[in-house]
Amino acid sequence: MYNEKVIDHFNHPRNVGELSDADGIGETGSFKCGDTMKLYIKVKDDRIEDVSFQTYGCGAAIASSSMLTEMVKGKKLDEAMQITNQDVADQLGGLPPLKLHCSNLAADALHNAIEDYRRKHDQV
Amino acid sequence: MQSRLVYMDHGATTPVRKEVVDSMLPFFHDQYGNPSSLHAPGRKVRQALDEARETTARALGADPEEIYFTSGGTESNNIALRGAAKKQKGGGHIITSSIEHHAVLDVCRDLENEGFKVTYLPVDHYGCIEPEMVKEAINKDTFIISIMAANNEIGTLQPISEIALLAREHGILFHTDAVQVVGQLPVDLHSSNIDFLSLSAHKFNGPKGIGALFMRKGVEINSLYRGGSQERKLRPGTENVPGIIGLGRALELAVSDIPHKKKRLESLRDSLIAGLLQIDDVVLNGHPRQRLPGNINVSFKYIEGESVLLGLDMEGIAASSGSACSSGSLEPSHVLSATGLDHSIAHGSVRFSLGWGNCKEDVDFVLQKAPLIVERLRNISPTYHSR
Repeated sequence: MYNEKVIDHFNHPRNVGELSDADGIGETGSFKCGDTMKLYIKVKDDRIEDVSFQTYGCGAAIASSSMLTEMVKGKKLDEAMQITNQDVADQLGGLPPLKLHCSNLAADALHNAIEDYRRKHDQV
Repeated sequence: MQSRLVYMDHGATTPVRKEVVDSMLPFFHDQYGNPSSLHAPGRKVRQALDEARETTARALGADPEEIYFTSGGTESNNIALRGAAKKQKGGGHIITSSIEHHAVLDVCRDLENEGFKVTYLPVDHYGCIEPEMVKEAINKDTFIISIMAANNEIGTLQPISEIALLAREHGILFHTDAVQVVGQLPVDLHSSNIDFLSLSAHKFNGPKGIGALFMRKGVEINSLYRGGSQERKLRPGTENVPGIIGLGRALELAVSDIPHKKKRLESLRDSLIAGLLQIDDVVLNGHPRQRLPGNINVSFKYIEGESVLLGLDMEGIAASSGSACSSGSLEPSHVLSATGLDHSIAHGSVRFSLGWGNCKEDVDFVLQKAPLIVERLRNISPTYHSR
């Protein structure tokens, strides 16, 4: 059902945990299937200097969160805002169709984290 | 990588025993005749088929003419429920439970769309159906009651004898989906008030794609199919001969093993349950005692069932889950929801179902690995950290 890359991210998730000094925190969830993702970002010079995540969900949810953190580290905020859930799935080499709807929410959490950062830093 | 496979998903399907395969093999190549044919090759197969029917009947305490071979539990359920409904001509009332397998539940929903009235009985938090509620639900239009013998997800055994007796006293047909029970617990149909019973061979170390429906002598339903006269026209079509032979052999072996196997599985089950409950924030789903000998269903709070399955799979442990993500829908299991379990806890459910071949070492292995997987996933989970 899952490809090797998904399994690898599930088995060895990157950037797990809470950033105690996060500049922005974004949360998202699927009410229906219960998945919840929390994304923490540390921003320096308009770039994502550090990122971490916490996820409650299935294998796809964990893998896509982990994948996303790898994709955005070092990215400019505007670039990071362009990343879609589909991009994350593509980077993982694809997810089972059903998972695209319910578990692939990492990019939404990232966007929320960036918006949170911008709100806190009067960039809105 | 992993060095061993610990298969704990016998509720989904079981391996076919070698004796069963051996009994089937001649019917692919040497004894290929059509049992409906007049000639010697046909007659020879007819005789083997008759013997398999006798074996099956004997194992269930039924008469051979009460056994109808089908493709499995789903078809047996459809033949019984739809067939009884078809006989009604113009509506009537059906009583079933809210925790039936979809092969009963969705048939009832379909019949509802066709004008039948259906009562879906609630269950208590153990997943038990209260016979008194069945009694209250009966009305003058009730023509059939269908209650599963044991639930496939949480293993809860239902008070089938009492409910069947109630049905009999009210002149109502009684059907039970017993796919999880046949071969695991003793069944004696002649001393019961059961009119229809569905079973499936692959749940008791028989082949897939073959099952049977017991229909009590004297009960009449309308056939759903048109075709030849096989299975007394209830299930026309050339018989799945190797499957039927395999079913008969598997059932014979399974039933003769019951006294020993039941005790062994119950003991393994109870030690696995006790061990899993040692992990913090784990709840047992289903009844502590009134459950299938091999069924364990627990919820790991703060984590999602499918991720636990995946973690177990990485260690070579095969189990299943009632979580939304593994069910193919977005909803958690209708069974766990019906027991009143909170959605977030239902999402964390994992079923281990034991069978022939599982041993104490398997249980120890799971108990060694599960806590590590749970800890790892909880460490990732935001709901665990904010609990």
